[in-house]
Amino acid sequence: MANSTTLDKKQTTLLEKLCQAMALSGDEGEVRSIILEEIRSYVTDFKVDTLGNLLAFKKGTSKKPLKVMLAAHMDEIGFMIAADDGDGLFRFETSGGIDLRQLPGKAVIVGKEHIPGVIGARPIHLTTSSDRRDKISLEKLRIDIGPGSNKIKPGDRAAFATRFQRAGTSMIGKALDDRLGVAVLIEILQQAPANIDLQVAFTVQEETGLRGAKVAAYFFNPDLAFVVDSTPANDLPVWDDEDNTSYNCHLGAGPAIYIADGATLSDPRLIRLLVETCKKEGIPYQFRQPGGGGTDAGAIHKQRAGIPSVSISIPGRYAHTAAGMARISDFNNTISLLKATLQSIPLDILTQERK
Amino acid sequence: MNALIQKLTETFSPSGYEHDIRQVIRSEIESLADEIKVDALGNLIAIKGKSGKNGKRIMLAGHMDEIGLIATHIDPNGFIRFSGIGGLYPHTLYSGRVRFVNGITGVIGGERIKDIQKTLSVSELFIDVGATSINNCPIKTGDVAAFERPFFNMGKRLIAKAMDDRIGCAVMIEALRTLKNSPHEIYFVFTTQEEVGLRGATTSAYGIDPDIGISLDVTGTGDTPKARRMDVGLGKGPAIKIKDGRMLSDVRVVEWMIHTAEKAKIPFQREVLEGGTTDATAIQLTRSGVPAGCISIPCRYIHSPSEMVDIDDVNNATKLLVALLSNPISL
Repeated sequence: MANSTTLDKKQTTLLEKLCQAMALSGDEGEVRSIILEEIRSYVTDFKVDTLGNLLAFKKGTSKKPLKVMLAAHMDEIGFMIAADDGDGLFRFETSGGIDLRQLPGKAVIVGKEHIPGVIGARPIHLTTSSDRRDKISLEKLRIDIGPGSNKIKPGDRAAFATRFQRAGTSMIGKALDDRLGVAVLIEILQQAPANIDLQVAFTVQEETGLRGAKVAAYFFNPDLAFVVDSTPANDLPVWDDEDNTSYNCHLGAGPAIYIADGATLSDPRLIRLLVETCKKEGIPYQFRQPGGGGTDAGAIHKQRAGIPSVSISIPGRYAHTAAGMARISDFNNTISLLKATLQSIPLDILTQERK
Repeated sequence: MNALIQKLTETFSPSGYEHDIRQVIRSEIESLADEIKVDALGNLIAIKGKSGKNGKRIMLAGHMDEIGLIATHIDPNGFIRFSGIGGLYPHTLYSGRVRFVNGITGVIGGERIKDIQKTLSVSELFIDVGATSINNCPIKTGDVAAFERPFFNMGKRLIAKAMDDRIGCAVMIEALRTLKNSPHEIYFVFTTQEEVGLRGATTSAYGIDPDIGISLDVTGTGDTPKARRMDVGLGKGPAIKIKDGRMLSDVRVVEWMIHTAEKAKIPFQREVLEGGTTDATAIQLTRSGVPAGCISIPCRYIHSPSEMVDIDDVNNATKLLVALLSNPISL
């Protein structure tokens, strides 16, 4: 289990399906259907709420089980068609945090039918050196699907067209943030620990402000919560060979446990539980560097009268670009960590002093 | 009061790590409240009284946490890179001392200064705890620290780190001690995680579901050389908040406070703060809305290691709070 760098056929197929699906914030149906198919026969009950969260429930068998919420977000960053310029050219807006420098020259898929398109870039033959130096503004960019289709309308969504691939002990794909987390939670639901009431939220609209998690936590009203996300690994060597002190986390060093980010100070009791579990099970782990950013935990822990929460992330290079990279071992170790933690979670964890 | 303020301000408890200050406050109020509890986010809640016919359920909020630092990386030579917890000003940091929650003391050093006119940013600073390598550094990523600076009594004026908002906590403790008769059910909430976004007040207010909410916190002043224009000064009485960066106080609450202060002949000031906010903002927006206001203690040099208050303002804030809680309220 720990350190495993292999994916079986079933996992590979699932990740491929999840990562190649398109689920922009506010329109997560495609990913939701894939998940539903995977979990339907394993859960006690489920519902899709008003915002589109898929809320799955698996009852525990012990007498007074803790209600434990798990959350991973279904949505991804991408684009929304804003206007039809004719001749297959479309103006668009970005959805979620996107660096415009990433866009020119990228292949995209557009609309429910995944119509292929490209975000055009002026070829180098025809640019001046100042063109190449300056940032290209969003107003100058277009999604080009070529003429002849009348299926795309303003309001339709688009995503990067990257196919999911295995590369040795790594995975390359779009939307690893947070389909990796989604895949982890599917696996947990399929082998749910019996000692707790498991409340699993596959959330919507995380990339636009943790919106789905907010209402999901209100509905579940859990005793505590774990969020599984993917956090950027900025662990490449620094160009001038100086010590890289802001790497956020490292690829291959195990699940990244959160202590503090811009939206949450993790519950110290839950951090300790995760660390102790890692040590006991021989699972490698790292702390995500305290700093900015946020996960669904930012919304969950402030819900109702307060919900002790912590996040675990699978490190991912090149987050919020067309192609991210993650290590299979980090993915597998996150599953192992979560599974072992849930099985061994003490009933009295919340009556312990919060320190 | 001074001994209490010293004890509170010399405790190290940055946001999220309020354990030690919670213990200190708990031991102060243990015998004074009808019931004491700690909620899921670590808020310390002391309940006093049962609301009768003319009574209301009142939530008071003073935050226990203070701004701090958190280790983000230990380099091979044992130097600690860090980021802030809450609003940390880089110009207050260099050469200052910090104390980690695990008891280790360090000094903040910086990279080579290239331009003396410019303040080093947080990413150019580090903490030196006397370690010589990563292996003998007693601090690991994620450990938290706060300013190390002793309390000092200048007579009428007091300076200490974390006056924001241990002084609000002191006022609440003193009010709990002196309050004799009240028709109200009062929740003295010593909140957590205020400095990172009013988080403790958000959840405790939901749990309590109060009729009225009042925060006790510090506010800035306009009475120092070339200060930002502001009609609040040290020693002129507690400030009744009318507006801050994120809240418009409930006008009925403001009137009730002003009327009470005038009747009891307690000096007060009218506060309009342009930036910043308090736990009252979170309380006001809880559930279907709560009438909320704030009693501010004027404070100079906020979010520095030496925050200054005037003891008369502190005592008058306590008097005002006790007067507010002692009589029936009709908003």
